[in-house]
Amino acid sequence: MAAPTTLPSALADAVRDESSLRRFLHGLPGVDQVGVEQRAAGLGTRSIKKASKMQAIDTAISMVDLTTLEGADTPGKVRSLAAKARRPDPERPDVPKVAAVCVYPDMVKTAADELKGTGINVASVATAFPSGRSTLEIKLADTRFAVEQGATEVDMVIDRGAFLSGRYGLVFDEIVRVKEACGDAHLKVILETGELVTYDNVRRASWLALLAGGDFIKTSTGKVQPAATLPVTHVMLQAVRDWHTQTGELRGVKPAGGIRTTKDAIKYLVAVHEVAGPEWLNNHLFRFGASTLLNDLLMQRRTQTDGHYSGPDYVTVD
Amino acid sequence: MWEYAPAPESRDIANLKPNYRMFVDGQFVEGTGEPLKTVNPATEEVLAEVSTASKEDVDKAVKAARRAYDRTWSKMPGSERAKYIYRIARLIQERSRELAVLESLDNGKPIKESRDVDVPTAAAHFFYHAGWADKLSYAGYGPDPKPLGVAGQVIPWNFPLLMAAWKIAPALACGNTVVLKPAETTPLSALVLAEIIQQADLPPGVVNIIPGAGDIGATLVEHPDVNKVAFTGSTEVGKIIQRQLAGTSKKLTLELGGKAANVVFDDAPLDQAVEGIVNGIFFNQGHVCCAGSRLLVQESVADELLEKLRVRVSTLRVGDPLDKNTDVGAINSREQLTKIQELVESGEGEGASRWTSACPLPDKGFFFAPTVFSNVSQAMRIAREEIFGPVLSVLTFRTPDEAVAKANNTPYGLSAGVWTEKGSRILWMAQRMRAGVVWSNTFNRFDPTAPFGGYQESGFGREGGRTGLEAYLDV
Repeated sequence: MAAPTTLPSALADAVRDESSLRRFLHGLPGVDQVGVEQRAAGLGTRSIKKASKMQAIDTAISMVDLTTLEGADTPGKVRSLAAKARRPDPERPDVPKVAAVCVYPDMVKTAADELKGTGINVASVATAFPSGRSTLEIKLADTRFAVEQGATEVDMVIDRGAFLSGRYGLVFDEIVRVKEACGDAHLKVILETGELVTYDNVRRASWLALLAGGDFIKTSTGKVQPAATLPVTHVMLQAVRDWHTQTGELRGVKPAGGIRTTKDAIKYLVAVHEVAGPEWLNNHLFRFGASTLLNDLLMQRRTQTDGHYSGPDYVTVD
Repeated sequence: MWEYAPAPESRDIANLKPNYRMFVDGQFVEGTGEPLKTVNPATEEVLAEVSTASKEDVDKAVKAARRAYDRTWSKMPGSERAKYIYRIARLIQERSRELAVLESLDNGKPIKESRDVDVPTAAAHFFYHAGWADKLSYAGYGPDPKPLGVAGQVIPWNFPLLMAAWKIAPALACGNTVVLKPAETTPLSALVLAEIIQQADLPPGVVNIIPGAGDIGATLVEHPDVNKVAFTGSTEVGKIIQRQLAGTSKKLTLELGGKAANVVFDDAPLDQAVEGIVNGIFFNQGHVCCAGSRLLVQESVADELLEKLRVRVSTLRVGDPLDKNTDVGAINSREQLTKIQELVESGEGEGASRWTSACPLPDKGFFFAPTVFSNVSQAMRIAREEIFGPVLSVLTFRTPDEAVAKANNTPYGLSAGVWTEKGSRILWMAQRMRAGVVWSNTFNRFDPTAPFGGYQESGFGREGGRTGLEAYLDV
């Protein structure tokens, strides 16, 4: 197996070879489905109002990875998305910028040119997104291309086929190699939890990605249903929390796909706050992968500041 | 930092009245006992004045129940009784918000629990038992099981509405009439239930609700014309009642105290076990007879689990019961708070290590911060006595046999929990633990279809499910 980054000795043993990795991942405590879903539903009943809601909305806006991942994407589409990212609500300059714009590798240059000097990151999916079904060489080339084009963040997919057939070493090595290919770019590892299915798998894949050096663990590509769910995000938040307890390092979580409303976003923020902890409540450690969420956040923000609902015609559709 | 703004439910929803009266023979009437003032434990303000029953009033209520039993309720076909009980269930649902707020005001429990657990489960008990009313012949108690007569029921303050539902629903379904005494500190929701019973147009006298102190409960259970006594409350009072009824033909069920063991094995789903432990002991401020108040954790994971537990307990929000974000509300009374404090001091005195959440507590009202004792041994009072508060005692074990031995080493036996991913071990443990309810990989889950009740000093008889019908049938 490829050499991992520096790990505390207890964890370094876990990645010594394929069989120790396997033993480590299978030695993680199980996740009880009923229990985690009950906890997620329970935390979902938190009532966030007034100043705390306003703060949540602004925090959520600043955590959005504004995403377009369509076959129909054009430079024009990406440019207008970048404009939206810079000024989400043109009439309200106090609205924070989003965290990043997320595009396919061939659109990275367009996005990077548009976002130069804004502090907004350019994220690119890579590694034969969304299926991940290609050779390692092609995945690495895909990653290098994205970074050369100006991506500051890379969203890779893991080989779910390899994971589900128990070839953890292969998945691990791929992440390590992609991380190397990223250079200074931040690496988000997409687990595609909709294909991993069980919470036990989600926990193992989370740890696998953290051990291999992923800066973020991300739920989904958005191309598979179900995409992000609250209980899955709970399991991943618990994983980064446990990682912090063991290593002192802070790693991030990004739910992606299916989060469309402010109400949903706030439930995720409550989970971040109470499962991982308050130190995760910023866009260095938590992101939303979303395209339509931003507009709902903007509409709800206007409702908070204006005292009444406006409507979808008052926010831009880019 | 992100602080949650207060999100209080409006207390106006409770429709609080300055005075409440007892409900006898279909009417709200002034009792001739000394009126009591019921207090909001979160603010110590008086909520309302409630008239109470005297000994003569108890007699009137029992006579009304007897008349209703003889003339209408016992003769009515089950399918007709069911209609009334269904109506009560629906009315509870319709007035659920009012009941939830009232319950939180009077009892101190957080609104999220009264809203999501107490009131819906109370309605569920009426729905479930309404279904039995015309099917008693198929319940396994013979072709045409008969009711017992008048049931005298005495309930505690920890789940005022839910306990009333647990008691009244099966009694009515089986064709009995009821005289129920709610607890002295929490009479309000039972009296709103009486309004609902009036609204549902139940024949007068079928259900009578008489607030009062312990002496009224004693008068009720020893009344010669009561055929069945059901009591939920302390073991101490349960023993007195059992002595009182010895030698009479009255049928008795007792649901008393507990000191449940929540057993966590090293292969448990630890994060969910932490949730279950929290739910087991901090649900309803620990005012739960089946609370998982003794955590038995396998030594090999004890440190890891305790660390996770402390982190999780630190996130519990203690405060205004009406705030929708409150996790732990107020202790029901000063008396109970004093008892908790006294036992906690004994724990410290006997050498257990105390850890208490650093959460802020309100200035007024009866509150106690969630507390976890580790290094507890079986000999300490906090491992043997029921604390009935948000205080957890943590003990460790090495082998499954030791876990069983420690779990069973108590005069109680109401509930238990097992946490392990190994199915065979769950069954092995469930067979050996002397407890009426054994939860596996969960805790404090209640359902009207599942029988509930205890072993030894936790009482006898079952409530809920098909088994629970037996207590109200002449079998």
